[in-house]
Amino acid sequence: MFGYEFYVDPSRCIGCQSCVNACAECETHRGTPMIHVDFLDRANTIATVPFVCMHCDDPTCAKVCPADAIKKTEDGIVQSSLKPRCIACSNCVLACPFGIPKMMTELEQMMKCDMCYDRTSEGKRPMCATVCPSQALAYVPREQLERMRREKPTNVFLFGKQRVTTRVFMMLPPELDALAVDVVDYMWEDSHEIASTR
Amino acid sequence: MAKPPIPIEALTDRYGPHLNYVPPGGWRDESRHPADRLVKTHCCFCGQQCGIQLKVRGNQVIGFEPWEEFPFNKGMLCPKGVKRYLQANHADRLLDPLLRTETGFRVATWDEALDFTAQRLRAIQERHGKDAVAIFGGASLTTEKSYLLGKFARVALGTRHIDYNGRLCMVSAGTAYKLAFGVDRSPIPWSDIPKAQVLLVAGSNVAECSPITTDYVWRCRDNGGRLIVIDPRMTPITRNADLYLPVRPGTDVILLMSLLHVILRDGLEDRAFIGNYTSGFEPVAELVKPYDPKRAAALTGVPPDAIEKAAHWFGEAERAIALHARGIEHQSKGVENCSAIINLCLATGNLGREGAGCAMITGQGNGQGGREHGQKCDQLPGQRQIDDPEARAHVAKVWGIAPEEIPQAGLTAQEIMNAIHAGEIKALLSMCFNPLVSLPNADFTREALEKLEFFGVADFFLSETAHHADVVLAGSLQEEDEGVVANVEGRVLHIQKAVDPPGNARQDWRIYCDLARRLGKQKFFNFESPREIFDELREASRGGHADYYGITYEKIDRQLGVCWPCPTPEHPGTPRLFEDLKSFHEDGKFRFVPTPWRESGDPVNDEFPIYLTTGRVVSQYLSGTQTRRIGALVDQYPEPRVEIHPRLAAPHGIKDGDWVAITTRRAEIVLRAMVVRTIRPDTVFIPYHWAGRKSANKLTHRTLDPRSKIPEYKVSACRIRKAEQAPEWAADESRRKP
Repeated sequence: MFGYEFYVDPSRCIGCQSCVNACAECETHRGTPMIHVDFLDRANTIATVPFVCMHCDDPTCAKVCPADAIKKTEDGIVQSSLKPRCIACSNCVLACPFGIPKMMTELEQMMKCDMCYDRTSEGKRPMCATVCPSQALAYVPREQLERMRREKPTNVFLFGKQRVTTRVFMMLPPELDALAVDVVDYMWEDSHEIASTR
Repeated sequence: MAKPPIPIEALTDRYGPHLNYVPPGGWRDESRHPADRLVKTHCCFCGQQCGIQLKVRGNQVIGFEPWEEFPFNKGMLCPKGVKRYLQANHADRLLDPLLRTETGFRVATWDEALDFTAQRLRAIQERHGKDAVAIFGGASLTTEKSYLLGKFARVALGTRHIDYNGRLCMVSAGTAYKLAFGVDRSPIPWSDIPKAQVLLVAGSNVAECSPITTDYVWRCRDNGGRLIVIDPRMTPITRNADLYLPVRPGTDVILLMSLLHVILRDGLEDRAFIGNYTSGFEPVAELVKPYDPKRAAALTGVPPDAIEKAAHWFGEAERAIALHARGIEHQSKGVENCSAIINLCLATGNLGREGAGCAMITGQGNGQGGREHGQKCDQLPGQRQIDDPEARAHVAKVWGIAPEEIPQAGLTAQEIMNAIHAGEIKALLSMCFNPLVSLPNADFTREALEKLEFFGVADFFLSETAHHADVVLAGSLQEEDEGVVANVEGRVLHIQKAVDPPGNARQDWRIYCDLARRLGKQKFFNFESPREIFDELREASRGGHADYYGITYEKIDRQLGVCWPCPTPEHPGTPRLFEDLKSFHEDGKFRFVPTPWRESGDPVNDEFPIYLTTGRVVSQYLSGTQTRRIGALVDQYPEPRVEIHPRLAAPHGIKDGDWVAITTRRAEIVLRAMVVRTIRPDTVFIPYHWAGRKSANKLTHRTLDPRSKIPEYKVSACRIRKAEQAPEWAADESRRKP
């Protein structure tokens, strides 16, 4: 959709998996989700992160593919591997800095998020960003996003010496001094009993 | 009498819950046989009532498509909404009425099942009096069905005992709002939430129980609003809270009174608003005086400086909104908790204008509409009080009976179950209610069901409660009937019929009409369509608080929803209440209501030193009758786990994933531990969607709020220990897996 961009804001994610369930309803791969949600460390935090393909400008997955099976379309969407070319070697799965591609062993093919190519090419928003109840995944025009959000989008990622730029934007959180995650950190503890309350 | 005819395991093998993972024809079928139409309707689950389009092919629902033009959710859906279409075409679906036999249930014709039901109800009423029969309704029913069920109880059966499962949901809030405002509805439209400068969320796991509201909350923060969360657990909404108050279960009212204490101490109240528009301020001001933050901290476990900060944020804001849900309402002082929230809003003048006010977050799909028109034991259509002579006269006239023929108020849901247990009520007819899972103290509920002389159930799946039935009437799913519901904002919405009921299943309102005919009351139940019922309901509600007279199906479709009251056809509806700063009370004043603290009905002590609280997870809905049958939703959170803080787990030698026995004064169950730092160390949490030996409600107690009669699900006393071995249910389940 012209003028629309994809924004991911992990700080809005509530881990509900609506995106994953809805992704699995897309006709091109119905029954199999192409995205996932991570519970970062459930023992210590409720924080969760949704992962869609970031659609790199110079995709690592394509660069490491020995069969030249991974193509980027003119509008910047990195596609799943081409079935006739893919040799199911999993190089892409190992190399992707974001951990996105999945090897579908039963199909002998790598498949991944294509930003709902079938929907966006028809003027619909991607399924995950449409249903996301917290809009952690948002597909909106840039000016709308800038009008509505305090966080700043970035599409530059540094992985050691590798600098990756992407089609999908990640929202950076506002400044934070410290984030306490333990309930005890917030509690008042006192030996008073609950009995005398009137 | 009404014991399950054969072992539960055998009934489960036959009637489920079985898991449906794929649409009809399989995952690839839609590309070969695409949908022939999209039906714009609403989700069948919670009180948000998100707009959704169902993909329909022939008489089958085969998928969904977001409905982005619907303003409330703009296409957004939670995982339950995404997968809800899989409840249709389900192998467990009841396609015929069932009659119980010694060897299980057998398929019956409608004539057999209805004749039998009518004959048993008549015989029991002749022998034991009209009130020996009780009716249970449900807040998943459309407003037409809820209305008709109320009329059925009072006109066809003449019993005063009709109540509904909203008694386990919205009644504390409803009672408090009626006391303060004279009307039972959230005063604000949801579009106000992003406009508040301070948002206080008390006892509401917004992200999991009303997920779409998350976007409204985050947008409030995007606009610079501050979020305050009160909860003994860090639920997902807490991740962006500007202030988190980890309240000790059952002490919410003290915390809320302490907020008011600080507001009054520091002169942050709105004197003009209090003086001009309210009554009853002084006693409340007096009552909160002893609750300085230091004292409140000792009682609630919330630090004094956090209380000070929250009070100042709320008191100093030009526009503040307080949202609340079952966390504060499911208590023996549920009404007081809600009243304390309202008192805060009244004292700070937060009412009747954009971005200011309070709101209860409705739980069930038609939690609002289902309680307005007559399946609540003390109300007649239009939210009229059943003991009000004028209300009785109006409704009697619409019904074509004499006012004195309308029975007076009956018992509430838990009280009905108590009366069944005591042998006072002999027969029960239950529509879309699964009390064996949803009422507290499940073993007591089971004993009560076993004492019934006659038990009839109308439902689309055989719920655990229906195992006890003498007759099961195969009813309809939400997508198989037309009607209206009212969402969390009091916005009346149009549910479209997408398909016909499969097999011999029948729309619920037809079942009530069929039964009424057999009870000799046909002339009061000559309805051919939901529209005819709605038209009568409009008349019956006319002039009441919940006035639907000006609402039509066409107007709802045109406006995408109409907020009641809507007294005339020209009236656009009322999204925001009290813009004239007048309550619905006769004197027009908003009333402060005193909120004294009381001990829980199940207090912690040395023997049971830990608080137990219960709630929901995002992938399951209520008693799970529908969502425990949908594969992807079950996989997301397959069985209940008990959340325990590591500080509590460690001395018991409990590690994440260990089996833990949780014991209360009622029962013991064994579940796997989820050791997390996101809950108070003096509290454990269990989600309640499961039946039998995994049921959190085996542990909970029957203490009711004295006014709202809501059970105290959120505060029980328990003890825990590491279990020596896996529970029987886990062994049984792994044996039964193919």
